[in-house]
Amino acid sequence: MTGLRLETIVLARGGEPLIAVEAHVAPGEVLSVMGPSGSGKSTLLAAVIGTLPPAFTMTGRVVLNGRDVTALPPEDRRVGILYQDELLFPHLSVGGNLAFALPRALRGRKARRARIEAALDEIGMAGFADRDPATLSGGQKARVALMRMLLAEPQALLLDEPFSRLDATLRDQIRALVFARARDRGLPVLLVTHDRADAEAAGGPVIALSDQMTTTSRGGKPLKPTEE
Amino acid sequence: MRPLRAAPALTLVLMLGPVLAGLAGTLAPALGVFPALGGHTLSLEPARALAAWPGLWQAVALSVGTGLAATLIALGAVTLFAAGWAGTRAMGLLERLLSPLLAVPHVAAALGLAFLIAPSGWIARALSPWATGWQRPPDLLILQDPMGLAMIAGLAAKEIPFLLLMTLAALPQAAPARRLTIARALGYGRTTGWLKAVFPAVYAQIRLPVYAVLAYSMSAVDVAIVLGPSTPPPLAVQVVRWMSDPDLSLRFRAAAGAILQLGLVLAALALWRLGEVGAARLGRRWAEGGARHMAEPVLRAAGLGLAALAAAAVIFGLAGLALWSVAGFWGFPDALPDGIGLRSWARHGQALIAPARETLLLAGLATALALALTLACLEAEHRFGLAPGSRSLWLLYLPLLVPQVAFLPGLQTLALSLGAGTGRGTVVLAHLVFVLPYVFLALSAPWRAWDPRHATVAAALGAGPGRIFRTVRLPMLLAPVLTAAAVGFAVSVGQYLPTLLPGGGRIRTLTTEAVALAAGGDRRIIGVTVLVQTALVAAPFALALAAPRLIYRHRRGMRGAG
Repeated sequence: MTGLRLETIVLARGGEPLIAVEAHVAPGEVLSVMGPSGSGKSTLLAAVIGTLPPAFTMTGRVVLNGRDVTALPPEDRRVGILYQDELLFPHLSVGGNLAFALPRALRGRKARRARIEAALDEIGMAGFADRDPATLSGGQKARVALMRMLLAEPQALLLDEPFSRLDATLRDQIRALVFARARDRGLPVLLVTHDRADAEAAGGPVIALSDQMTTTSRGGKPLKPTEE
Repeated sequence: MRPLRAAPALTLVLMLGPVLAGLAGTLAPALGVFPALGGHTLSLEPARALAAWPGLWQAVALSVGTGLAATLIALGAVTLFAAGWAGTRAMGLLERLLSPLLAVPHVAAALGLAFLIAPSGWIARALSPWATGWQRPPDLLILQDPMGLAMIAGLAAKEIPFLLLMTLAALPQAAPARRLTIARALGYGRTTGWLKAVFPAVYAQIRLPVYAVLAYSMSAVDVAIVLGPSTPPPLAVQVVRWMSDPDLSLRFRAAAGAILQLGLVLAALALWRLGEVGAARLGRRWAEGGARHMAEPVLRAAGLGLAALAAAAVIFGLAGLALWSVAGFWGFPDALPDGIGLRSWARHGQALIAPARETLLLAGLATALALALTLACLEAEHRFGLAPGSRSLWLLYLPLLVPQVAFLPGLQTLALSLGAGTGRGTVVLAHLVFVLPYVFLALSAPWRAWDPRHATVAAALGAGPGRIFRTVRLPMLLAPVLTAAAVGFAVSVGQYLPTLLPGGGRIRTLTTEAVALAAGGDRRIIGVTVLVQTALVAAPFALALAAPRLIYRHRRGMRGAG
């Protein structure tokens, strides 16, 4: 079964359940998770990507394209992530950042370099390979971060409020770019945001988390959290 | 993954193992047990021998008196300076001046101060004969005075930069700007407001460093040999004399003295703690009393004056020794030598090559080990989500709170009886005990402050933990890593007792040479030695500053990151 499945996921802290989610994100679809800060959105992303802090416990399974990735370390899950900060590695050039993401299977300096040039061209930044990422504009940084993520050939994409730092015009532009690329590649996307416009632009189903424990599942019935 | 998980435990063993083993190795002979020297049964004979030594009470009084006085002066100066000048340009300037002084080895600073204040020193020369009328050095006992005043000055001058930097590091967590603004809006003067509203929060943060200063000042051997009285000397110096005596039976008395020194330090720490409680009670009453101003200009001037004096003492002392190293004829009342030349360097430089090489080797080994262990601990903390408690900070400070003279003699005896012998390996282990805490303290804050989302992004790009460490975290934290290495290197270079005792007196470094030269009083050779020693400490810091700037000259995001 293709896509990203979150199967009866319950996240708890110190035995106290925080959120419970049951969802399926089809390839090319965007599932938006909305809620105020502190509602556990970021914890959900950490669980999917595999960096859940030890203070939390998780039950349930994360299944990606039929592969159970729940027990895998983050680097083996093939789940990409974009944050509101671009988090380009400041010690590497723009090209170096992209090269970091290229799979090892692509051999040879020349071939790798050519792939990077092509990727930069694709986002309208041809010739930027040797630039210092700190000298880029906000929009350019966002595009490099997206391309870096895509070059690693992920099978799903997580977005942690990725547009909230951009100004209004740029936000629409980058948002459209990200969703288009994800659709082109048939990536299931999990978007976490507190901005309703993000969720509307995504066009997919929406899960709303409240301050309280939330159990809404996509198009289905709420999932009862285990009581203590 | 397994070895990494064991890193914190291994580090603790390497850092505290020698301390605890050394204490045991000191305690046994102090109680009469030392089979190699015929001591097989428990006895109080060593304690009795110690009590019978006629200089004991004076030695004890010197140890306690100089330690408490130096700590009080250093803490007072730093507090007044921070209270009156925090956030001002004068503070920024002195901070930049004092930070490099932190790295100057104690013995170098002490020898420099000795040249400044001696009857034939620079200050006397600058004032003679026009102001004093002296045509030859006056017969005054300034150095090695029986009260230990010169020693107190030397210790305080060297501890002021340390406590100031610790205070500045602790300040942000005390939210000084907001607290001070509120206090001033309530009508309090700058200094009074700072002391009442900010200082308590700051002191809670620098308590451990203050304890370390007290323990160190009470038992410092190198500074005491250069600046302190000699008949009798402070207790720690006397213990080292007994340890080095060819009459091996004195080892028993030495061990008893070392244990007494430990007891003195513990008692002084307890006394200090009591003082803290008392001061807190008085301070609360004072704060609630509502007095708004308290001789503000006087206190501000005193703070600035003391901090500047400490900086000047070390800087001019080193400058004076540098001048001596190239001086031609330099007769007494002349403030400057007749001529300048490299004769002293040509004559003594050759003899310093071997100790300089030994110093480099020891410092390089100890620093490399300490850095590897620290990085392993911090990486284990990150990967396994270990949360260091406040107890781990105490453990880090433990080697700095136990007097060196209390466990190093035991370590020496143990190494000998285990057949490990004294030598370079034992010395490196002893240095590691002191290098590790400083490297860890210097690196842990920037390491933990790193944004872990960089690791998440890298992992999402397919990089495993090893690759993330090597290609993302380490390069991004290059500047703090190099700075921590430079700190560790400086700590190792400055070690006197941890070189002398575990080395069986046969390992000669620039520091042991400098202490040995102090008695001779040949300022030219002292100048050359101290200058080489200071250069060895300064070079790594210069490298730690320059290398990241050079490597990342085209990376704006890496500037100011360290």
